[in-house]
Amino acid sequence: MARIVLRDLCGARSGDKGDISDLSLFADDQAAYEAIRAEVTAERVKAHFGPLVHGEVERYEAPNVLALKFVMHGALGGGAPRSLRSDNLGKTHGAALLRMEIDVPDEVAAGARRRVRPPADPWRET
Amino acid sequence: MTVRIGGGQGFYGDGIGPVADVLDAGVDYLVCEALAELTLAILQKDRQRDESLGYTRDLPLYLRAALPFVLDGRTKVITNAGGINPIAAGRAAVAAAKAAGATGLRIATVVGDDVRPLAGAVALPDDVLFANAYLGARPIVDALARGADIVITGRVADASLFVAPLVHEFGWSWDDWDRLAAGVAVGHLLECSGQVAGGNYSGAWWENPNPFRVAFPIAECEADGSAVITKPAPAGGMVTFDTVREQLLYEVHDPRRYLNPDVVADFTSLAVDDQGGDRVRVSGARGEPAPESYKGLVCTPAGWAGEARIAYSWPDAEAKARAAVAFLRHQSDAQGVPVEEWWEEYFGAGAYWGARDDGAEPPEVIARLAWRTADPESAARVSRGVGVLGLSGPPTITGTGRGRDGKPTQLLAVEPFFVDKAAVDAQVRVDVEEV
Repeated sequence: MARIVLRDLCGARSGDKGDISDLSLFADDQAAYEAIRAEVTAERVKAHFGPLVHGEVERYEAPNVLALKFVMHGALGGGAPRSLRSDNLGKTHGAALLRMEIDVPDEVAAGARRRVRPPADPWRET
Repeated sequence: MTVRIGGGQGFYGDGIGPVADVLDAGVDYLVCEALAELTLAILQKDRQRDESLGYTRDLPLYLRAALPFVLDGRTKVITNAGGINPIAAGRAAVAAAKAAGATGLRIATVVGDDVRPLAGAVALPDDVLFANAYLGARPIVDALARGADIVITGRVADASLFVAPLVHEFGWSWDDWDRLAAGVAVGHLLECSGQVAGGNYSGAWWENPNPFRVAFPIAECEADGSAVITKPAPAGGMVTFDTVREQLLYEVHDPRRYLNPDVVADFTSLAVDDQGGDRVRVSGARGEPAPESYKGLVCTPAGWAGEARIAYSWPDAEAKARAAVAFLRHQSDAQGVPVEEWWEEYFGAGAYWGARDDGAEPPEVIARLAWRTADPESAARVSRGVGVLGLSGPPTITGTGRGRDGKPTQLLAVEPFFVDKAAVDAQVRVDVEEV
């Protein structure tokens, strides 16, 4: 087994409905999907977000697109129009989850495709 | 027969340039989705100021772009830009059409999502500001059947705006759950404009072709419910398995049971097939009978917010920022300001989540303190305490830039100069008044 940051293994996107933050993790292949399915539980996600998430966290599976869905209740300071938070829409929650570290089989760690980083100043025309 | 639908808008304030590419590529329907939950609250503030507002005021922009195609009979427009005042939006649409010299155009307005008149059917609080049901596709299909070229609605569910033209064109029945679910999938994939075409892509986003003009999407839809999600060739961005699946699950909660007014869609049943060349085919959607009730959104006042931003540079920027926030909170408490909730953030030191993972000292930290009070006066009292930090708080306090509302500010130039002392002294005067 190897310890890996989810950032290297998955994509993520998040959004809101009321006071619910709704986020998804996307694996690149079946092995990576099985690895996150085993490791990234609703309980771990709730613990990861700590005081940012007051309510329960539900997890759903979408194997057709190799994805896990997390529905986090009480996660946006009361919902966008009344929240005091800068990120009142939970747009950063997907990325925040990518900072979680999990243990995966060595071959999954070796196949992690998202280690590539952007250039320092990508869209500047020279 | 293939029906081509273009996603023309993903929110109030979205881009307009990519709409031209979608129209030029040729679409039977341009669907502009303008409403998020937060948008309705923004529109409510507009309507509170002016009863004739409450719709998304960029509607005429989109109509101006689309009208030449509508008048040619090539494209119809469907939008929920009516917000919480679809009648006013309908008037604005008529005005925009007249201004463009249009004649013989049918503009339909769908009303009835406002449930405030239904006090018997739904329990609403006394201080309700708006209460709207998320309508489905049916009234739009009615409008299209009556020959509408432009359909303006209020709070119709996002995906239903796209389901409607498919039901109209293919004659799907209202209990053909699999086909309706397929329509919801298409609608959901298109309703956030650029977000299915490389926008907000969490993978190698920097590799988007022509990132300065990320495409708005097009769906090529078949009668069996399958569709190819694609984009206008000249536009930038990309449509891939990755960009499509990120949008597919966006904000849907349980992907097996995505609740919509027209159908409960199972997105886990969908086959997503990247055919290359910015073409992703989606097929095989399964659906279950629509929920018995409409979902609604009710809005009530929830107090007042104030906020302050205070920036500090290295060294010890985070400690200074935290001290400044402690100062403000202490000052407010000492004055007995009735604050109901505080929220602290430290930009540069983990405002959104977590901390620096290298433990290094940030070159600067911006503290943001927000507070909620029952009344605006109390919120303002806390704000008035911020100024004293300028000269009496931790060192290296600095700015975070001019106005945060994006409006231009006039700049002023100041230059030193010299002037003859005697000339000025001659006009210096001392007045003493006894009262």
